[in-house]
Amino acid sequence: MDSIEVGFLEEKSNYIRGLIVKEIGNLGVGHIGGCLSVVEALVALYYKHMNINPDNPQMAGRDRFIMSKGHAGPALYAVLADKGYFPLSELDSLNQPETNLPSHCDMLRTKGIDMTAGSLGQGISCAVGMAKASKIWKDDAYIYCIIGDGESQEGQVWEAAMAAAHFKLNNLIVFTDYNKLQIDGTVEEIMGLAPLDKKWEAFGWNVIEVQDGHSITQISDAIIKAKRSRNRPTMLILNTIKGKGVSFVEALGAKSHNSPFSKEQMHSALEELNLGGM
Amino acid sequence: MYENMEMRQIFCESIDRLMQEDERIIVIDADLARGNGTLSLREKYPQRAFDVGVAEQNMAALAAGMAAYGCVPFILSFTPFATRRICDQIAISIAYAKRNVKIIGSDPGITAELNGGTHMSVEDIGVLRSIPGIVIFEPVDGIQLAKALPQIIAYDGPVYIRLFRKIAPAIFNDSYKFNIFKADMLKEGKDISIFASGIMVDESIKAADILQSEGINAEILNIHTIKPLDIEAIIKSARKTGCVVTCENHNVIGGLGSAVAELLIQEFPVPLKTIGIQDHFGEVGSINYLKKKYKMTAEDIVKVAKDVLSNKI
Repeated sequence: MDSIEVGFLEEKSNYIRGLIVKEIGNLGVGHIGGCLSVVEALVALYYKHMNINPDNPQMAGRDRFIMSKGHAGPALYAVLADKGYFPLSELDSLNQPETNLPSHCDMLRTKGIDMTAGSLGQGISCAVGMAKASKIWKDDAYIYCIIGDGESQEGQVWEAAMAAAHFKLNNLIVFTDYNKLQIDGTVEEIMGLAPLDKKWEAFGWNVIEVQDGHSITQISDAIIKAKRSRNRPTMLILNTIKGKGVSFVEALGAKSHNSPFSKEQMHSALEELNLGGM
Repeated sequence: MYENMEMRQIFCESIDRLMQEDERIIVIDADLARGNGTLSLREKYPQRAFDVGVAEQNMAALAAGMAAYGCVPFILSFTPFATRRICDQIAISIAYAKRNVKIIGSDPGITAELNGGTHMSVEDIGVLRSIPGIVIFEPVDGIQLAKALPQIIAYDGPVYIRLFRKIAPAIFNDSYKFNIFKADMLKEGKDISIFASGIMVDESIKAADILQSEGINAEILNIHTIKPLDIEAIIKSARKTGCVVTCENHNVIGGLGSAVAELLIQEFPVPLKTIGIQDHFGEVGSINYLKKKYKMTAEDIVKVAKDVLSNKI
């Protein structure tokens, strides 16, 4: 990737952050922390690596994406709107009555959403099912999925992990948004996951740790490596910061999971992102 | 045609035929393929018939993902593990997402026999009935099961099949016409309606014979689909006879009896009694032993029917 493309994707990430801040700021409350921590992963996927067509959301053989941590829906909606799946103005309807953009992803309501998710641990199993189906139908698609670190305390995640390795699903690429925070505190104090890389390795996965989960270059390089995996699914562990890019959200720590977000905070966040006129 | 064939064999032969024609069909087991009779499919369909190990939660959501990809997956386990154990996966990944997954729970209620209380679902219909958008179907014999499968596959949405695994007494013959949303009129009568499902249909037929010999003309409906109920047929029969007994191999709370009572109390209230498992867990025992112990025999139905008749207005 040349520096111009990196610059474009970094700028895009900043813009997507602005859209998320506006979505949640307009509403006054939302899962702001965990939306801001997955931005670069989404941008790397949707603007660089995924084979998709916003004009034909159901295109046969397309790559799929499952937001298993379904509460990060608003981050995905910002990307989908910018890609043209639906008008940007629709982002203002987040969580309003009759909206097509509920806080957790709903494939029946939102164009471009490949799977409904929200009850933690289930999305990764759905991704395994899609990767298996893709293998049966030999359509050469890649299946991408983001899970949370808190979510990884669900037993089902490890059932899915076993199955994906057993079925040799090298077309499955999962990211852990390893921001090390969950609702009740830090992951390590609530129910420790470390060593997370060793766990996934022991389950038979190709594991790539991305030191900076907000570096477009590092994420993109990791995806390229993941696609070369010959017979194992890949886990990309993204070391991220919950609330990344908005200093007062970062400072909230675990409290940023689902937080009130005033209009004043929205404006100051947009200023901080150099998107004051947005 | 299916005499002396176990229900699981009939399922396996039928699904094999359907898999040949329809490559969307997938069969997934959670380490019970041997018991459910689906193991032989794996030789013929190594990609499309497979095991996920003892991991039912993953099985349910994995199937939902395959359905989102255009497949029509059947997932199988014993009834309690195909329903109550994975109720959230069924609710969210399958029903809320409207995925075309077919769930087979085998050995319902007392038919779990020697596996006893842990494996004896008394609540599976109740659990699933309260989740919006799931069709709940309990085949009464092999002909009905075989005729139902193409309709179940053609129906675009989740279906739960409550499957007795062993040899079921034949109720229908080859000329039987099946409609998944229409109850079967097995015997017309005018004095009392018996609404039955699964293994209790045979007991109901025996009970009706006894009642007939005593001058009581019972009507029998096989309610093979507990959700959505065939409202029209049930109300029509209740209007005709003026009293009802329901017979099911399930807790009387949450199952067929509850569903019929919920309907009739609102639409056409008549005296009604429910035969089934009276809100307790199961235990080890043969089907016949447990039917007697839980008061689910033809004689019990006769007794309850007379009691209901005496309350008829």
